[in-house]
Amino acid sequence: MREISVSKITETVKQMCIDANYRLSPDMCDALKKAKESETSELGKEILGSLEENLEIADKEFIPICQDTGMAVFFVEIGQDVHIVDGNLEDAINEGVRQGYCEGYLRKSVVADPIIRENTKDNTPAVIHYSVVPGDGLTLTIAPKGFGSENMSRVFMLKPADGIEGVKNAILTAVKDAGPNACPPMVLGVGIGGTFEKCALMAKKALTRPVGEHSEIPYVKELEEEMLAKINETGIGPGGLGGSVTALAVNILTYPTHIAGLPVAINICCHVNRHVRREV
Amino acid sequence: MQKVLNVPFTKEEALSLRAGDSVKLTGTIYTARDAAHKRMDEAIAAGQELPFDLTGNVIYYMGPSPAREGRPIGSAGPTTASRMDKYAPKLLDLGLIGMIGKGKRSDAVKEAMKRNGAVYFAAIGGAGALLSKAIVASEVIAYDDLGTEAIRKLTVKDFPAIVVIDSTGEDLYQR
Ligand code: SF4
Repeated sequence: MREISVSKITETVKQMCIDANYRLSPDMCDALKKAKESETSELGKEILGSLEENLEIADKEFIPICQDTGMAVFFVEIGQDVHIVDGNLEDAINEGVRQGYCEGYLRKSVVADPIIRENTKDNTPAVIHYSVVPGDGLTLTIAPKGFGSENMSRVFMLKPADGIEGVKNAILTAVKDAGPNACPPMVLGVGIGGTFEKCALMAKKALTRPVGEHSEIPYVKELEEEMLAKINETGIGPGGLGGSVTALAVNILTYPTHIAGLPVAINICCHVNRHVRREV
Repeated sequence: MQKVLNVPFTKEEALSLRAGDSVKLTGTIYTARDAAHKRMDEAIAAGQELPFDLTGNVIYYMGPSPAREGRPIGSAGPTTASRMDKYAPKLLDLGLIGMIGKGKRSDAVKEAMKRNGAVYFAAIGGAGALLSKAIVASEVIAYDDLGTEAIRKLTVKDFPAIVVIDSTGEDLYQR
């Protein structure tokens, strides 16, 4: 049994919150660079150039990439042979978020109650998804999520007869409805199968997969490529002002489902698709 | 077309702007987003004075990240404008001449813009670090308790924006 102290977890979480909001991961930077090269609209190219400049300024001058530094979403993979000591895991993660957002000059965007809406002033609580895995590792993934794009995300409870064409229509519908609101070029996380909540969770998790990587399932990989091409044909473009680059990637996860259903979730993310993964 | 615009500006200037124009704004603008709009709306309903005079002024839909020591502001890009659609027509009727945000607007907002000769600008969403460089001063003037959602008076210099919807109702997003 490996023991991990909560203080180590808090320290790691704090640093992850800061890192995620000041620097995009290499896969996202590469994708944006390539997007600028392939964009056909002049204005679109200009906007992508500004986004590149924005990343440089964020990094050099310690200004968050986007003012919406998000709600802190975590995927925690905890080995079944791990013993958390000196406190509880959930509190440790929230304390890390509190320290990261306060000391890192990040925006506090969380309200304590969805109707009463009073700001918690430290960006807690985080949204935390746990999974227990074999071994004695503890892996944290943070994906701070902005709500301009979150608000444009959708769940469709399709019928089995709708099939893959139904899935394609659902994805295109979500993208077209999102348009300029989701700060394109977007990244799409898609979950197909499972149940109502399982597909939404997969869609969120899919956003943390590096862009440029594909599903290992041949038809899913094909679907990812086909949908990326179709989305880019919409002409929404960078900033929604027209162009050939509307999305940078479509990441799809699938899961077994019920004989009566075909749930599909589309979690839309903007070009500030932040994800940091770290072992504790 | 590239245009330079001082804010606040007149209705004549607003009428001369066309969807697709790139502008650089210099002068004073005010920030307000969801919670501040709700409070302003309540103030109007109660017959109270608003924190600033709307006439000829521009609202930037934005809630910044905190400023580091010695800097006027943190990251400062636009938020989605459609969430303010419920409140915007009333503010336009009271003299508001421009709005800066990102994303689509409702037909009711477009009608109010035509009626009053107002414009809607888009700033680049997700470019908060870059846009913060065009903000030279920032001061909270109302609703301090709302944190990032407080109303701020900003001094901007060459703040880059694009006219998305002009005073004739022409909408760049729909081209
Ligand atoms: S959608 Fe993304 S890029 Fe746009 S404002 Fe929100 S977090 Fe920033």
